[in-house]
Amino acid sequence: MKQQAAVIGVGQTHHATKRADVSMAGLCREAIDRAMRDADVGWADIDAVVLGKAPDLFEGVMMPELYMAESIGAAGKPLLRVHTAGSVGGATGIVAASLIQSGVHSRVLAVAFEKQSESNAMWALSIRPPFEMPLGAGAGGYFAPHIRAYIRRSGAPVHIGAMVAVKDRRNGALNEYAHLRQPDITLESVQASPMLWDPVRYDETCPSSDGACAIVLASADAVQGRTAAWVKATAMRTEPTMFSGKDHVNPRAGREAAEALWRQAGITDPLAQIDTAEIYVPFSWYEPMWLENLGFAEPGHGWRLTEVGDTAIGGSLPINPSGGVMCSNPIGASGLLRFGEAAMQVMGRAGEHQVEGARNALGHAYGGGSQYFSMWVVSSER
Amino acid sequence: MRDVAVVGFAESPHTFATPGTSNGVEMLVPIFAEVLGKTGLSKADVDFWCSGSSDYLAGRAFSFVSAVDAIGAYPPINESHVEMDAAWALYEAWLKILTGEVDTALVYGFGKASAGDPRRVLALQLDPYVVAPLWPDPDSLAGLQHRMGLEAGLWSEPLTPVPFADGASVVVLASGDRAGDLCDRPAWITRIEHRVDAQLRHWLDVPSARFEVGDVEIAEVHAPYRHQEILLARELGLGDGVAVNGLREGNPMFAAGLARIGTAATHIHDGRANRVLAHASSGPLLQQNLVCILEAR
Repeated sequence: MKQQAAVIGVGQTHHATKRADVSMAGLCREAIDRAMRDADVGWADIDAVVLGKAPDLFEGVMMPELYMAESIGAAGKPLLRVHTAGSVGGATGIVAASLIQSGVHSRVLAVAFEKQSESNAMWALSIRPPFEMPLGAGAGGYFAPHIRAYIRRSGAPVHIGAMVAVKDRRNGALNEYAHLRQPDITLESVQASPMLWDPVRYDETCPSSDGACAIVLASADAVQGRTAAWVKATAMRTEPTMFSGKDHVNPRAGREAAEALWRQAGITDPLAQIDTAEIYVPFSWYEPMWLENLGFAEPGHGWRLTEVGDTAIGGSLPINPSGGVMCSNPIGASGLLRFGEAAMQVMGRAGEHQVEGARNALGHAYGGGSQYFSMWVVSSER
Repeated sequence: MRDVAVVGFAESPHTFATPGTSNGVEMLVPIFAEVLGKTGLSKADVDFWCSGSSDYLAGRAFSFVSAVDAIGAYPPINESHVEMDAAWALYEAWLKILTGEVDTALVYGFGKASAGDPRRVLALQLDPYVVAPLWPDPDSLAGLQHRMGLEAGLWSEPLTPVPFADGASVVVLASGDRAGDLCDRPAWITRIEHRVDAQLRHWLDVPSARFEVGDVEIAEVHAPYRHQEILLARELGLGDGVAVNGLREGNPMFAAGLARIGTAATHIHDGRANRVLAHASSGPLLQQNLVCILEAR
């Protein structure tokens, strides 16, 4: 039956607005080389490669893994290309894990990237699906009304969004790979930044980044005494973008994915049993919203964890100690960064943003119109 | 390892141009109903859904997102998507059943080639820095490959592309303990493997299709150009006694490879054969290849 899988290496690029110094293949390779060094494996050890990225229109290349097959070490091996919208980085990690859990392979390389500077993501996101109202306002225009609905429903004070932004940007200053590193940011400076999509201000939104992340997964036999982050549970759920009764603030697909995840991991009280979480927060207000969706807080109460400082490093549940999506957003890679950072925490390899004593960590990603969810729990214990 | 079988298959008609949307919903809804009807499954009985399609073919980011509307995915579903031919979505679903997390999976693929100019679109699968700016279309690349084969004496027929089509296909997989309930003669997957080659290689060699497949009665192969069936038969070691079927009624991209698996399974379901090969390909000039052996029990 199901074999155990573990992360044995994580690597990422230095994320930036434009990585004009590398091609797409070079960007991926930078992350892959770091992950393979971290895992102490060579190319002969890799059985298969899984590549994830968000829409091909972001770079203007159709199925770029085909041209990159040799550069990412896939030539002569099985190569899968995953695309599940913004959740794709997480889905990439989960598909790679399933290659091992199924008993098919012993060591698998997962890589995810986005090189947003090759094209214009805002244009690629302003799509016109059939029978739906065109938005033409990018992701912020889509999500701002849902944030307003959250504030109205929960009665959260308006400074919560700015608090998350300050925390994440200061965390990012501890992460050498982060795109935005702002140790001196303050609540006042965030609140003085320009309003983009009410209530989302400039400093409360993620950057557009070029970047990649890679992880090496291994079967129990192939771990061979290495430090490992054991995959305890994985979950993916999907619901349609729009339908009568859709709850955009607390989507059922996210709730049910989390319930399945906790059940599989044997976790009954996530707030007490999870030591740190890397969750997909592209706009600062999504921290309290996803805390509720994931079951860390009752509906309407997620913002209280943020307000009292529980989600800061040193708090009871540090959220995004790496700085998260608020500091680096290479879209297709952002989910795998969350999954990889969770693994780094339980492996004790998170450097300056290490959460002391982290043993169980959550990696989370979402995509589309709050409709695709992927998540995993990793642990230092087998 | 757990046993997994193909227990159902349906495909839309392959037409030059459908009037439907590029997210495939109009092509998918009838074939979902057909395959669920055949297997006696309801939507709620499907443990895992997985699809294959291409945003570039639709000319729009996230085209697969609205394809989910064909399912009616509420309550939410356990679902994934590959930006590949849906034969590889079937591979992901097969993995999922092997892990023991699920017992049934519905796999679908769709492509509406008529939404754009596929000859222009497919040029974008090539190296974006040094090759794609020259816009080499797939017929031109296949023409070069065909010329090399003519000169090597591999074939004498003229270059014959299979015309692009709009189409969709769907396959249902089930684990060993469920397959018998859903199908009288399940097509057991006794082997499924895939590989990719470097994009630049000698075009008469297809190392990623070099699988020893043993004796099969029928081979359903996925070759966008007729001469490529000869290359594939050679790499797969298919003997003269094997009936090799290729794409005949058009090439519904991203659904065609899955349809080869579904068609091969139908030979088992209907009792025409006991061991068959299905093959799927992806990328320029057969860059990526998948083989699936299906057997009766």
